[in-house]
Amino acid sequence: MMDSPRTAVSNPPIQPMDSNLGERDLIRRSATASLPKPERQLTPVAKLIDVSKCIGCKACQSACIEWNDTHPAVGENVGVYTNPHDLSENMFTLMRFTEWVNPETDNLEWLIRKDGCMHCSDPGCLKACPAPGAIVQYSNGIVDFVHENCIGCGYCVKGCPFNIPRISKTDRRAYKCTLCSDRVAVGQGPACAKACPTQAIVFGTKEDMKKHADERIADLKSRGYANAGLYDPPGVGGTHVMYVLHHNDKPHIYADLPDQPKISAVVQSWKGVTKYAGLAVMGLAAAGSILHGILGKPNRVTDEDEEGAEKLTSNPSATDPGADGHRPEERV
Amino acid sequence: MKAERVQPGDAIHPGNPITVNRYGPAARANHWITAVSLILLALSGLALFHPSLFFLTGLFGGGQNTRAWHPYIGVVLFVSFFIFFAQLWRANLPTRTDVQWLSHAKDIIGGHDEKLPEVGKYNAGQKFIFWAMAGLILLLIVTGVIIWDQYFGAATAVQTKRYAVLIHSICAVLIICVFILHVYAGIWTRGTIRAMTRGTVTGGWAYRHHRKWLRDLAGRGRQTPAE
Repeated sequence: MMDSPRTAVSNPPIQPMDSNLGERDLIRRSATASLPKPERQLTPVAKLIDVSKCIGCKACQSACIEWNDTHPAVGENVGVYTNPHDLSENMFTLMRFTEWVNPETDNLEWLIRKDGCMHCSDPGCLKACPAPGAIVQYSNGIVDFVHENCIGCGYCVKGCPFNIPRISKTDRRAYKCTLCSDRVAVGQGPACAKACPTQAIVFGTKEDMKKHADERIADLKSRGYANAGLYDPPGVGGTHVMYVLHHNDKPHIYADLPDQPKISAVVQSWKGVTKYAGLAVMGLAAAGSILHGILGKPNRVTDEDEEGAEKLTSNPSATDPGADGHRPEERV
Repeated sequence: MKAERVQPGDAIHPGNPITVNRYGPAARANHWITAVSLILLALSGLALFHPSLFFLTGLFGGGQNTRAWHPYIGVVLFVSFFIFFAQLWRANLPTRTDVQWLSHAKDIIGGHDEKLPEVGKYNAGQKFIFWAMAGLILLLIVTGVIIWDQYFGAATAVQTKRYAVLIHSICAVLIICVFILHVYAGIWTRGTIRAMTRGTVTGGWAYRHHRKWLRDLAGRGRQTPAE
């Protein structure tokens, strides 16, 4: 069989099968120095979200809730279509609705973007994670959280350039879209893509998805969207969830999608130079103390000191104040 | 009596050798709380600082417990240290002698106290430790609260938290270095640790390292102060 499904549309195989995605396919593992190189390279997969085809039905959200068996609380209507109001440990994907007036045409455009994990090739969450094996990346590009290893520190939240992970208030572990790694492992596409009635969400190899995007972009351009393009941001090494945007020159209009996402320089220096220089400095301080202790003599109180104390305490005014003639202590 | 040299409770007791009260029971108990919290914070913090030290989470019952306990211990350290701070800050104000004392770097490191100018209750090195600890603990508690997601997760933006966690880790490295220096100086300068355990030092120790403090105490009479 093929190593990864090529589409989410076809019906899955009905015979039982073993998972085709496991430890042996890991190319990155959080807080792990030496990870054996996988023996095989899986075909990189991707989900392509064409915002121009989205009708805002939220079938993807429902499918996500159903497949992942999450239970978002019943929300309240505050006058916008976005529901729930934010991603949560129970809502891995969210349709964000934006009413945008195009300054060129003065038309109101209703922008709908399906938010969720982008599955970066260079994942900031994984870089920031201090718990070994709590975040992993498979050779097909899926970035997954391994909840039993998660310590709930929230470092992934700081590492993520897209503000995606959420920490559960009940079990204190981080949650996000898995790209349905458990479905992909057995030859099925992600639940959201399977459920999408207009195929605004499609799934396949990253190569196929880029080709499909090209066709869609050509179509959009022929309809007057001169700036239509593919959102596959190079700042994070490309992503395994991509968008076709009709206004690819300004991604931020789609509910603050970052124009040029990359791992924050603050996070890079925290997880880079600080980590290594910090260990070195602490090691030097400890080694310096030990060396001084071995090579130098301890600073001992002598018998003369005790005698001096005797003399001084019996007649304080008799002794010369200041061994080397310094004046009594003065405030600066 | 100059406040930076002598503190309430400091007193000379005759005997062989003479002993001098340096810290009362409450101050010592508080210092032990500070010391234990700082060690626990260093161990739990280092576990999350570098993957090679993650095994230290085992001391706290796993990663989840380490993450959960670390901030509470931080609050204990903060409170305990600043009680200490309120008692000692006056005695740690810089003086002109500190500059002279520091200019004898070779004699300080070599342990030639007889060549150093007389100092009061604290020398410039001890004052440095005191103010470094105070500044770093302040920075650590502020940045620590910002990244304490359990209670303050919604209070700040992600970018603020990124800066907070970076500053927190740099300050942690520095305070561990200050801690190493503090502990080593206490061990290397023989006769110091008993100030932390029994609260007293010998007259010879005071004469050698803090003669001005001893002189002030002696000038005031041998008895426990009346005030």
